[in-house]
Parts: sequence; structure tokens; C-alpha cells
Amino acid sequence: MSAIDWIDERLDLSAVRQFVSEKGVPVHAQKVWYYLGGMTLFLFGVQVFTGILLLLYYRPSATEAYESVQFIVTQVPFGWLIRNVHSWSANLLIGLAFAHFFSVFLLKSYRKPRELTWVSGVLLLFLMLGFGFSGYLLPWNELSFFATKVGTGIAGAVPVAGHFMLRLLRGGDDVSGATLSRFYGLHVAVLPALSTALVAAHLLFVQRQGMSVPSSIERRLRPGEKLPQMPFFPNYVLRDVLAWYVVIAVLAALAAFYPWELGTKADPFAVVPPGIRPEWYFLATFHTLKLLPSHVLGMEGERIGVVGFGIAALFLVAVPFLDRRASRGERSPLFTVLAVLGLVYLVSFTIIGHYAN
Amino acid sequence: MGDQPTIPTIVETDFDRRNFLDALLAVGFASTAAAIAYPVTRYLVPPASGEAATQSVVAGRAGALKLNTAAIFKFGSKPGILVRTEDGEVRAFSAVCTHLDCTVQFKPDTSQLWCACHNGTYDLAGNVVSGPPPRGLERFVVNIRGEGDDAEIVVSKA
Repeated sequence: MSAIDWIDERLDLSAVRQFVSEKGVPVHAQKVWYYLGGMTLFLFGVQVFTGILLLLYYRPSATEAYESVQFIVTQVPFGWLIRNVHSWSANLLIGLAFAHFFSVFLLKSYRKPRELTWVSGVLLLFLMLGFGFSGYLLPWNELSFFATKVGTGIAGAVPVAGHFMLRLLRGGDDVSGATLSRFYGLHVAVLPALSTALVAAHLLFVQRQGMSVPSSIERRLRPGEKLPQMPFFPNYVLRDVLAWYVVIAVLAALAAFYPWELGTKADPFAVVPPGIRPEWYFLATFHTLKLLPSHVLGMEGERIGVVGFGIAALFLVAVPFLDRRASRGERSPLFTVLAVLGLVYLVSFTIIGHYAN
Repeated sequence: MGDQPTIPTIVETDFDRRNFLDALLAVGFASTAAAIAYPVTRYLVPPASGEAATQSVVAGRAGALKLNTAAIFKFGSKPGILVRTEDGEVRAFSAVCTHLDCTVQFKPDTSQLWCACHNGTYDLAGNVVSGPPPRGLERFVVNIRGEGDDAEIVVSKA
């Protein structure tokens, strides 16, 4: 008797078996975008796995954090590999999450009945940015120290609650060992708990509703016509696994050939090194704030920027509820234009921010 | 056996090919798992730390150690114990009991080293007198550097 039979006899897996055997993935010209979510999920798993490994040696204190990461990459067998994979995988994950986000946006997959899938996905994207921001500080090097000063300083520009938020994030008035403790707690406990719950919900929604067919393709179908389907198991699963292998290959190559630098240890009394800038996924935001004039209509420019980003974030969450036309299955060029503009803005400002002084 | 229908050859080859591909896939997955498991298991085993490098330390000042008393000192990351015997000689031992790694202490009334955890006793040569310790305490070499009360007691591995 196989292990599955043994479990089946006790828990009756017939519902699961039926679900898996009947689940199909629609086959059409745009189906390549279906892989992005799975690849992002795979990288999330890589982050959890390598993150737990790093916890075995990492020490979250201003006096030991840098040294413990140094110890990991120089003394621990394969420590360099685990740390490089964690850093690279984080960056690939955010890149793929953005790609997944924009593909879903442009294909209008958020339209009814998938509003909640979209909302959970956008919240996950924000959580991933939170992971990136909090994890960046943990090696306690000069670059991350000053980038965190700037980043938490931006939170201080939020109207009314700004100073409170700044102190809440920093655990005091300045970035210090207290900030490190907070970011550590956020990075290894709070964010993982929230994102695991949201990932579970996100996947449950996707499984419950099946893959969304782009409305442009749906509209072209004749009444009663159905798209051809590919069995989810094993056909589609094996293709997913193939995509994950591509991710592993890229990750391994990056980790082996482009090791992540540790830099020099943070010194709160050191002069800010030139060219201080955040990780690439915050560059567009960072550069926008830099371009804003110091005062606009009597308000601080930075404050206007922060409010603007807040509104943009709320807008993104609300997209499925605002795009009524897509929900009715009609063409909705306005939201296509908005998505393209957003993409052009992010890409161009990231590039400009990278080369700007 | 005899009344079973003969399986057409074409189905048999098909079946063989499927088995072969399944095996290939299984080998692929197993190699991936091994390629991940090897660095991870190596990573889980902590590296030997630099502690063994401690060969010699200054354990204290000669004037601070009265007759028939003892003092604990740090030898690398482990405790050591300095004893001045009744006739003035300074001796040094590892203070780690050989039984279960407790730290031993000096008993002035019996002039013995005693482990409070399981009542093991050692004499002032480090040999086991009674109790559970399987072997004697590691004895260090003591050198006095300088003159008088300010002289440094230098303890080194034998």
C-alpha cells in the first residue's frame, strides 16, 4: 500500500484528486504570462528557506550584525552561497512581482470576479517592498545605514502622523541599534506571518476561480465556443517546474559570479558617503522626491510627494472597483493607458535615478 | 498466464519509453535535491571557531593570590583556575570538570578542587580523588614574569 493510499483511506482525498484531475489551464496566445506568478511564488519559497538558514548565524545587534554577516560569508561553509542567493533572490522576486503585477494589470485579469485576488496581490507587492526595505538594513553596513536614514526620514514627511511614524520605525529619534532590532523583528516575524497568510489567500482564490482569460481573447470567442485546455497535472505543473529551473539557473549564476558586497561597517558618526541611494526598486520614488521643488503652493514638496505616493497606492488597490468597463467585459482603454504610463514612469525614473548624481 | 491477451508490441515500447522518461525526470529532480542538500548540510554544521588558538594568557598578579586560595581566570572562552598552595607554589588547571563540563572550585579546608555539580574532587595535581570525573583536570604551565606582588602569572598550555 502506498503512502497516498494510506492517507486516502483515512482522510478521503477524492475531492482533492478530482479537483486536480479536472483542473485545466486555458491555452491561448497570452498564456506565457501565467508563469510569472508561479516563479514569484517559487522565489518566495527560496527566501523563506535561505532566510531561516541565515537566522542560524545572524545576530541582530549594532555591535554584532555586521560581524555575523561577515562570519557567514567568510567562515561558514557555503555561507557565501546562502547569503548571495538570499540577496539575489530578493531582487529577482521584486522584479518578477512587478512583472506579474503589470501583466495582470494590462490583461485586466483583476476584473470581476477576481477583485480580491488583485487586492491580495497588490498588498503582497507592498509587503515585498517592506521586506526589501527592512532586510537591506540588517547587514548594518554604511550604505544600508544611510539609506535607512533617508527612507525613514521620508516617512517623517507624512502629514500629521509623520513624526510619530518616524519614531515608530526608528525606535527613537535616530537610526540606531534600536532600529535594527525593529527591522529585524519586522523582517523575520511580522512580514513573514502577514505575507504567508496573504499568499495562502491569493493561491486559494486562484485555485477556486481558475486562470483568468484575457478579456481581449474572451471577446473574440464565438458564443458557446470554449478555449482549449491543458491539464493542470502533470502537463502544466511540469511547465511550471521548468520555469522554476530557469529561475534556479539564473539565481545560481548570479550568486556565484556576482557576489553581493558587504561594504564597510556602519558608523553613525561617519560622513555620509557620496552617491547614497536606495535599492533599485525604490529609485523611482527616491528620484521623484528629489525632483520636487522645496515648496509647492505653500506646502513642503516632500510632503506632497509622500501624499501622492499614498494616493497612488490606494488607487492601485482600488483598480478593480474603479474600472467598471472591464468588469462588464468591455474594452477599457483608459486603464490600459494608465498601466502603460505607470510602467513608463517607473522604468524611466529608475534609470534616470540610477545615473543621476 | 496462458489465457492473458498478448500485449501489442507498440504499447510495450511506449511503456518503456515512458518509464525511461520518468526515470530521467526522477534523476533530474534527485540531482537538484542533492545539489541543494549538500551546501545546506555543510552550512548547518558550524565552522571550527578560533578559540583553539589560545595558547597563553596572563591569569593575574602574584600579589592578589594569597596562600591556600584560588581564582578563576579566562583561558580563551573557557574558565581556568589558579591555585596558590600552602607552601606558596602557584598552579593552574582547566576549571572545566571532566565529568559534565561544570566549573570546579577550590576547597581551602581540604586543599582540593571540587565540582559542586556531582561532587567530584581532584587533588592539587589535577588527579581525580573521588566522584564521577573520568580523568584528571588539564594542567597548565605557570610562569611568573616580573618580581614581587606586581609579577604577572602567565599560564600556557603544556
